[in-house]
This record gives sequence, structure tokens and C-alpha cells, in this order.
Amino acid sequence: MLSFNQLKRNSKKDASHLKKLKVSILAENSGQLLTLAIKGYGVEFGFDLEMNECGYNELNLQVFEPKSQLNEYDSDYIVIVPSVQKLMKEFYSKTTAEKEAFATNHINHISHIIQTLTEKSSAKIILFNYLEINDSVFGNYATKVESSFLFQIRKINFEIMKLVQRNQNVFINDLISLQSHFGLPFIIDNKFYINSDMTFSLDFLPYLAKNVMDVISSVNGKMKKCLILDLDNTVWGGIIGDDGMEGIQIGDLGIGKAFTELQLWAKQLKERGIILAICSKNSEDIAKEPFKNHEDMILRLEDISVFMANWETKVDNIRNIQSILNIGFDSMVFIDDNPFERNLVSQNIEGITVPDLPEDPSDYLPYLRTLNLFETSSFTQEDMDRTNLYQEEAKRLVYKKSFNNEGEYLSQLNMMCDVEGFNKFNIPRVSQLTQRSNQFNLRTTRYTDSEIEHIANSSEYITLAFRLKDNFGEHGLISVVILKKEPSNVLFIDTWLMSCRVLKRGMENFTLNSIMNCAKEIKAEKVVGEYIGSAKNGIVKNHYHDLGFVKNGDKFELDVENFEEKKTYINKSKY
Amino acid sequence: MSTSETIKQVNSIFVNVLDNPDIIINDKTTSADIEEWDSLNHIQLVVAIEKHFNIRFTAAEIVNFSNVGEMCEAIDLKIAKV
Repeated sequence: MLSFNQLKRNSKKDASHLKKLKVSILAENSGQLLTLAIKGYGVEFGFDLEMNECGYNELNLQVFEPKSQLNEYDSDYIVIVPSVQKLMKEFYSKTTAEKEAFATNHINHISHIIQTLTEKSSAKIILFNYLEINDSVFGNYATKVESSFLFQIRKINFEIMKLVQRNQNVFINDLISLQSHFGLPFIIDNKFYINSDMTFSLDFLPYLAKNVMDVISSVNGKMKKCLILDLDNTVWGGIIGDDGMEGIQIGDLGIGKAFTELQLWAKQLKERGIILAICSKNSEDIAKEPFKNHEDMILRLEDISVFMANWETKVDNIRNIQSILNIGFDSMVFIDDNPFERNLVSQNIEGITVPDLPEDPSDYLPYLRTLNLFETSSFTQEDMDRTNLYQEEAKRLVYKKSFNNEGEYLSQLNMMCDVEGFNKFNIPRVSQLTQRSNQFNLRTTRYTDSEIEHIANSSEYITLAFRLKDNFGEHGLISVVILKKEPSNVLFIDTWLMSCRVLKRGMENFTLNSIMNCAKEIKAEKVVGEYIGSAKNGIVKNHYHDLGFVKNGDKFELDVENFEEKKTYINKSKY
Repeated sequence: MSTSETIKQVNSIFVNVLDNPDIIINDKTTSADIEEWDSLNHIQLVVAIEKHFNIRFTAAEIVNFSNVGEMCEAIDLKIAKV
């Protein structure tokens, strides 16, 4: 961990080349050093933080006063650091009946603060929860007394979690997890609390600042998506090539428990949506055997998206994993017990996270947990589905390698495509695609939901939405075509766009066949397309030319009568 | 009076924490003499000194030091007790 002094030096560095974020700090205790520490840690995360420290112990004034320093500032983030000591004093001034209702009333107050802030600005709010101090007025019995401070502070911390669940712009900096790891004596330096009203010790501030930056960074989209694991002495104890499947330590054998628990953790990550990959110097069939046949293995082959066991260098294998998953190196974590391999990987692959595992396997998991590698800012069904998409794509690419040519591969994929007009079920996705698709988009015309609805109901237009699936799974709605009937039997391609996830599948040919069928049905003579260049759609510059359209002025034309069906490996499942 | 060895070590802590290689302190030096020695840096200096000498100051001590000499005296007393 960096020292406070290093963070202070960081905070003085010129960071103007980094992404700028404006951060307001609202602290009920003295927050100057915390502000400095966060700014310093920002540099480590690649951010140039402009800090706006709003007064001292002025939380309510800053929030509710329209002309306050907070409200006059255009914050990206508002960090709220309440004081448990001040809360305790307030609590002590109450009657027993008021004490019992303390948490409820305080939560209402926090809720009011959040509501006021979120109404006024789109800033993300990071709220610290409260240190849980047992004031030893009731001892352990406080847990049974509703009017005890411990009871109420725990209730507040629990209720805060429920409160922010409903609000997508509010995140919690979980001080409690840090407290349970470090303990109060480390977190608070009493003499500075007494002298300077500073809650957090100098030694604790770097950990706290990192935790805040973990949240900010993940809200900004910097998240780990993939965990790459070595096998021997990382996923199991021993060397599979020497010890054989019966000899590796896992489950009850030797120190197998340490490895079993690491696997359990990896499996939970996978279920949350992290992609698992294996990178090991081993023969593939030997390395895979425990995943198939060892009854104590937690991880199974179906949990692993990419399995790289061979005698190439780990650097090459990780590059391969990257090309298959098509995610950034900075979203990958590589875990290996061997310091030499770790060094090689971190030296040669920029951005990848390579934790320095402790020597003793029993320390692996506790150490990895402290790093908070997999911070996230959302967890929805959609995230899980997205991971499935990555996993399916990885399987496709591995599968593709077993074929000598593209055509053979495509024909074995069993691609099926649903083609239908726009309807109330697909309109939201169709308009979303017109809003978001930049690369494979011929004219980049953006449409809202209601505009798409209008087009769907108009007899001037023919609409096509394509859903693709194959052996490995669903791609969903991936292509949209809007055809406009024009005078003198012309059918104009108003919109043709496609998700880049399905490039190189021959989807273009299949789509053109569908367009030409429509043209035949309405007895059009010509289909006319147009390419309008944008900053991002260079990949379809020659799209119409490649499909056999003939250039005529700014547009491209294709004769309906002489059109020959394009070869495609995609079968139509309904129309 | 504090030992010259103590003040030498404290001097290098000042240089390091305040990030200024030109700082030279003596027994009579006060926070008024050193531009960077404000109340926030004072906290850092105290923590750095505590770590370096493996001692703990009390809350009263850290507000009562009127100059470097008193600080070093307190350090020497604590070291002697250990």
C-alpha cells in the first residue's frame, strides 16, 4: 500500500493529461487529509481529480443552501463522510423513546439529503457508512437493547444499504468492511481526533482513499471482466504432470482446503459474471483431466471460457485469450504462484493486473480478498447475459480453430435467423440499435421509439429485424433494415445496420437476400442504397460495391430481376 | 537539551515529510520559521517521528511543543524509558 506521503507527492504532480473528474467532499470531521489522499490515489487510477472540499461540519448547510459551495460547483462525484462521533453525541441527547426511533429518523434524514442532491444534480453520490463503535454502556447486551447506540448504529448501516438499492446514482463506501479488516485502533488515531477532529489515522487514509477510488473507477467503467488462473500450485497443490490426478492436493488431501476455497471463490466470481480462463504450462489433456474426473474439483470445464494449456509462453497465451475474448488487458487479472511467470507477464503485457501472491497457499485467498479486484457498479440480469455472450463467443473461436477454412466453420455453426417486421416487442431494441450503432451503419440515421413506431405502421415502409442464433447460443436482435418505397418502382434502403458482434458470419449476404425477396414481392425493379460516411463507419465504405451494387451518382443500385441469391450459411427460421 | 543525534534524525524526517532538502532545524526552530510546517504537516511529522523512533506521543504533548528542542527532549525521554 502506498504511504500517505507518497499520495501527497502524487497530488502535487501534473495530472492534466489524465481524465478529469470533479469531486466534492462533504466531511463532518476534518477532511483535509482525506481530500489530499483521494486526490493522490486518483493519479494511481488514471484520474486528474479536481477536489472541492466543502466547509467543515457543514453537511446540512452545504446540501440545503442553494448558494453553498457544493451547490455552486458542477460535481461529478459528491463524497459524503459523516461522523460517528457526532452522531453519538446527538444520540446521547435523546430520551429512551427517541433513542429507539433514532435509526429510523436518521435514515429519513439521509434519504432527504440524497433526494435533495439527486434532484439538483446528476452527480454520483458516494456515501460512507458509519464505523460501528460499541460504547460499552451495555456491553454485549447492547445487541438486545433497542435503545443502545450499537443497536441503532447497526440498524442505520443496514437501512442505508436498503436505501441506496433504490437509487442508481448513490454508492456506499463500505467503511464497515475496512473496520472489520483493520480494527478501530488502526483506523482512528485518538490524539489527532482529540486535537484536530481528524477521524482517520494517517496510516489508514491510503486504504480508505483506495476504497473510494475503487468505487469511482468502476462507476467510470474500469472494471475487471476476466480472471486468468494458472493451474499447478495455484488451482490445486502439486504438479499434475508429475503427481498425477490422484496426487494433486485438493479437498481433504494435504493443504487441499486452501485450493478448494480459492476455487469456490473463483466459481462465485464466474456466477457473478466474471469470465474464467486457464493459462498453464501443461499438456492439454493432462491439465483437463481433473476438471473432468476429479470429484473434489469445484471448477469444471464448463466454468472455463478459454482453456490454454500448452508449452507456449504465458505472455503469448494471455495475448491469445485477449484476442478471443476481445476485452482490454486492463480488465484482466492473472493469478500465478510463480514469481518468475508473474514478472514476465506484468513486464510484457501493459495494463494487466498481476497480484503478488504470498508464498503460502493458505494466504492466497485472504490476500486476494483484501485487494478488492472485482469492484463493480452494477449487477443486473443483463450483465450476466453479457458474460454468457463472451463465453459463447470464446467457445465459437476455439471451435473455429478446429476448422481449416471459414466456410466449413460457418456451415458447422448451424446459424438460424429469425426475420420479422418491427413490432411492439422489438421496437425498443430496434431504436436502441439505431441510436448506438456506429460502425456497421450505412447512413447512421438515428430514430426514437416513436419514430420507429411510425415507420412500422406506415405502408410506405418495409421493416426487417434480424435475430441470430447458433450452436453456442443467442445473439439476439443484431441487424435492422428499413426499406422505403419510392416512385418508379424503387426500393430505397433507408437504414441498414448491424451489430459488430456478428461480423464475418456472412450475415450481410443473408440480409441482402431478404431485402431482394421483399423487393420481388412488391414488384420493385431496383433496390437503391446509399453510404453516408461518418467518423466511425469506414468499415462499410465499400459495402454496396462488394455486394454487387452499381454506382450511380451518390447512390448504388441493384437490379431486382437479375439478382442471384447470395451464398449464405444462415438458415431462415421464420418470416 | 536534546542529543545532537536525535535532532539530526528529526531533521531528515522534516526534509522528507516537508519535501524540502534545504530545511535545517535547531533546538530553537518553531513552526513560524518553516513555511511548510502548518497544522496538517504537523500531523504527518508527528506520525513520522513516532514511527521512526518507535514511540507514541500523547494528545497533550503534540499541542504543547513550542519548538524543536522540546520535541526532541520528549523523544529522548521516551527512548530512555524503552
